[in-house]
Amino acid sequence: MTTEFKDSIETALHNPNLTGALGRFSEAYRISRAKAYEGIDFEAVRDRIAEVKGNASSRFEELAEQFKANAERRGAKVFRTSDPAEVKRYILDLAKAQNVQSVVKSKSMASEEIHLNKAFEQAGIQVDETDLGEWIIQLAHQTPSHMVMPAIHMTKEEVAEVFSQEVEAGQAPDIPKLVKFARGKLRPKFLAADMGITGANIAVAETGSLVIITNEGNARLVTTLPRIHVAIVGIEKLVAQVADIDPILTALPRSATGQLLTSYVSMLSGQVPNTDGSPKDLHIILMDNHRSDMVKDPKFKEALQCIRCATCLNVCPVFRLVGGHVFGKTYTGGIGTILTAWFDELKKSEDIQGLCIQCGSCVPVCPGKIDIPGLILELRRRLVVEQGQSLAMKAIFGVVNNRRLFHSMLRMASVTQKPFKQGRFIRHLPLFLSDMTDFRSLPAIAPEPFRDKFKAIAQPKQAEKVVFYAGCLIDFAYPETGMALVKILNKAGIEVVFPENQTCCGAPARYSGAYEVAAQNARDNIKALLETDATYVVSACPTCTVALKHDFLDTFKTLGITDAMGEAQRLSDRTIDFSSLVKKLVDEGRLTFKEGQHLGKITYHDSCHLKRTLKATDEPRELLQKAGHEIAEMYECDTCCGMAGSYSLKLPEISAPILERKLKHIKDTGADKVVMDCPGCVMQIRGGLDKDGSPIQVEHTAERLEDRFE
Amino acid sequence: MSTTFEAFETRAAAVSAEVHRFATRHEGLAFIEGFLREVGVSEAPGSGALWVDGSFLEGIGPAHVTSQVPGVSFEVTREAAAVAKVGISQLDWAIAGTGTLVQDATAVEKRLVSTLPPIHLAVLGTERILADFNSVLQRLQPEQINYIAFITGPSRTADIERVLTIGVHGPERLIVVVVDDFEKVTA
Ligand code: SF4
Ligand code: SF4
Repeated sequence: MTTEFKDSIETALHNPNLTGALGRFSEAYRISRAKAYEGIDFEAVRDRIAEVKGNASSRFEELAEQFKANAERRGAKVFRTSDPAEVKRYILDLAKAQNVQSVVKSKSMASEEIHLNKAFEQAGIQVDETDLGEWIIQLAHQTPSHMVMPAIHMTKEEVAEVFSQEVEAGQAPDIPKLVKFARGKLRPKFLAADMGITGANIAVAETGSLVIITNEGNARLVTTLPRIHVAIVGIEKLVAQVADIDPILTALPRSATGQLLTSYVSMLSGQVPNTDGSPKDLHIILMDNHRSDMVKDPKFKEALQCIRCATCLNVCPVFRLVGGHVFGKTYTGGIGTILTAWFDELKKSEDIQGLCIQCGSCVPVCPGKIDIPGLILELRRRLVVEQGQSLAMKAIFGVVNNRRLFHSMLRMASVTQKPFKQGRFIRHLPLFLSDMTDFRSLPAIAPEPFRDKFKAIAQPKQAEKVVFYAGCLIDFAYPETGMALVKILNKAGIEVVFPENQTCCGAPARYSGAYEVAAQNARDNIKALLETDATYVVSACPTCTVALKHDFLDTFKTLGITDAMGEAQRLSDRTIDFSSLVKKLVDEGRLTFKEGQHLGKITYHDSCHLKRTLKATDEPRELLQKAGHEIAEMYECDTCCGMAGSYSLKLPEISAPILERKLKHIKDTGADKVVMDCPGCVMQIRGGLDKDGSPIQVEHTAERLEDRFE
Repeated sequence: MSTTFEAFETRAAAVSAEVHRFATRHEGLAFIEGFLREVGVSEAPGSGALWVDGSFLEGIGPAHVTSQVPGVSFEVTREAAAVAKVGISQLDWAIAGTGTLVQDATAVEKRLVSTLPPIHLAVLGTERILADFNSVLQRLQPEQINYIAFITGPSRTADIERVLTIGVHGPERLIVVVVDDFEKVTA
């Protein structure tokens, strides 16, 4: 990571305006979005969007030509290019030929992508943004921090100061007055401009129409008052037919601003009269800039289904801490990372791809049905392929790929950690490693790993066997979770088998982009776990469960490994997470809770992988309630705790405040126990509460349920 | 039909549009004239109202209005619109589900009076309120109409600290006058 990047994170984190504004916004956003979608089947709408935009991107060439023909038939001039430099040249040439003195713009991400304003300024042509947020940003000489609300990072005081310095002294930090001031100052610019520039939210091929969506009404003025209108449209805005507008127009305002519809939607098809009666000089630039390269990439094609609603920013636990500027100049947040890698270059995403904590919060709410974390992971993988893994990472993965060496090092660590260990925690690590224990304590490596303890358990022989996959954390830090699981399954008449050759699930390697390493881990585990004929392979770690169930297959698929796919599928079919399995056993009457227990109030934290990939949110809750607990739900119970494997090591400055929020929400419930299904979350949350000196107990669901059955 | 109107009214009011319904055009007109007087429309500079004539005044005539309220003009120009206080135009359709007004706005006059003045007054027949976006698009065909405008409430922004503020670049008030017996003239 470059120091420049780390610095930008530091600056953002230390800007209380930014973190305060974004935090409040992300909380309010969830509510207004939910309200706007009342009575709407979001899944059906986004299926339609994915279909409409997916089909369109497969036919870009055809649709672009059709659009061009139809728009030109209706009096527009359509210019197609893949090169941002040509877009600028076209517009500047036009401006010169038409003697354009001044230009007004409504919001256009495409124009920002190519830094059009700079080109105008260099040519000595006055250009003014008219979207209020964009105007503020332009005056402040900044770049937008959010795709929908470009100036969300600024306070009214800052805006007043910018207006006072750049436009007219003496502006007070009063929002209605500031808005009026902007109206007053921009109105003459609209009236004087020779050229208006817009983007478009949708371009319809069958009619040559542009759909422009705004709230302020500036696009209506920009398309009405100046004699020339230039629309810069990325080809991903194309759809085939008028009927395709409906799902996009249903989702975009609801997702972007929690509105049923924005104040204005304009559908422009061809030339319209100017105010003097002459026909408008209408130019539409269809810009490619690597979009058709994306179409050719089977993984990234789906990113073209994006409707730029910015939901993936609004729900992102990282974005709400650091804001947009850390991500770069034009497109921000999760999708911005992906777009920057393509529209700019892969290398540009090197640092920012690391910001994604892979929590998956953006996936169920994306109207374009884009697997944003999946694509970011793919960027990470390609970066590793292109640039290689750092030496330190190489050394680590070399060890992880050799189970014996890895495990003997973990055992050794339980000895070498002694000087830093206090009870069950490591509290201070020396030197640069101290970042790791700065905001939470780390668990000490257990003196005896699960694999050794397991041998000492006397299990009754049973016909039905279930294979237990422990994963590194349970095996070496929290063996008691594994012991609890064995005890519970035994009660159901199941014998637990622990294959000795199981090794790291490969998630750390995969999430670092080292797919080859992950593939080797996958092969080793498949072999070990399928050796025994068992009903299930169970894991009490959701990240491991996802690895066994989904990631092995995906890693093989990505690398083009075909020989192991069948086995990987068999393992996937057999794999189940702890709570889902126990719930099944309870439903089948094979486990019976002790009657009449009143165990008091607890709160439950949803782990990212369990909730969003495995979709098990009710199972653990139902079990805990049946056991005799009352669940006091915490605010944002399903927001990431900031752990995410090595993330908390690479970006502790972001992981720490995410954890802090989580701890606050836990404490606010007043419960004296917080329960969760993931040993990684246990490590993060237990470590954080320990550091705080809080008496709240942190337990894995397996431990909480250990003694609850008859 | 009246349930459609009520749905429209609820949605439109939720986005700060002011909706008034009348049985006849004459009643609607009386309201409009009263409204124009109330907001101070006069011949004084910056106090005029600009009206894009349409079927609403059929059989009544613009002259009737200008005689009643001085300061109302039917000659819509860019210069006049830039200084007018109120813009009046007839809308073609409305969408109940979102409280939206829809118009074939190809004629530049229609755009001028609904974008520049601080108040936009829209007249509409009750029969013209349809359920949803698609029903409107079937009637206002984009393959034939070059500028279709959808208007949902007055101009708004939340760009500073996310505080909703009405009236940025477009009108800060949107008055909708819905008239029941309109269809007789538009049909
Ligand atoms: S990726 Fe999805 S959520 Fe993010 S801006 Fe695009 S459509 Fe919206
Ligand atoms: S997966 Fe989580 S961290 Fe990554 S972009 Fe989505 S919301 Fe942000």
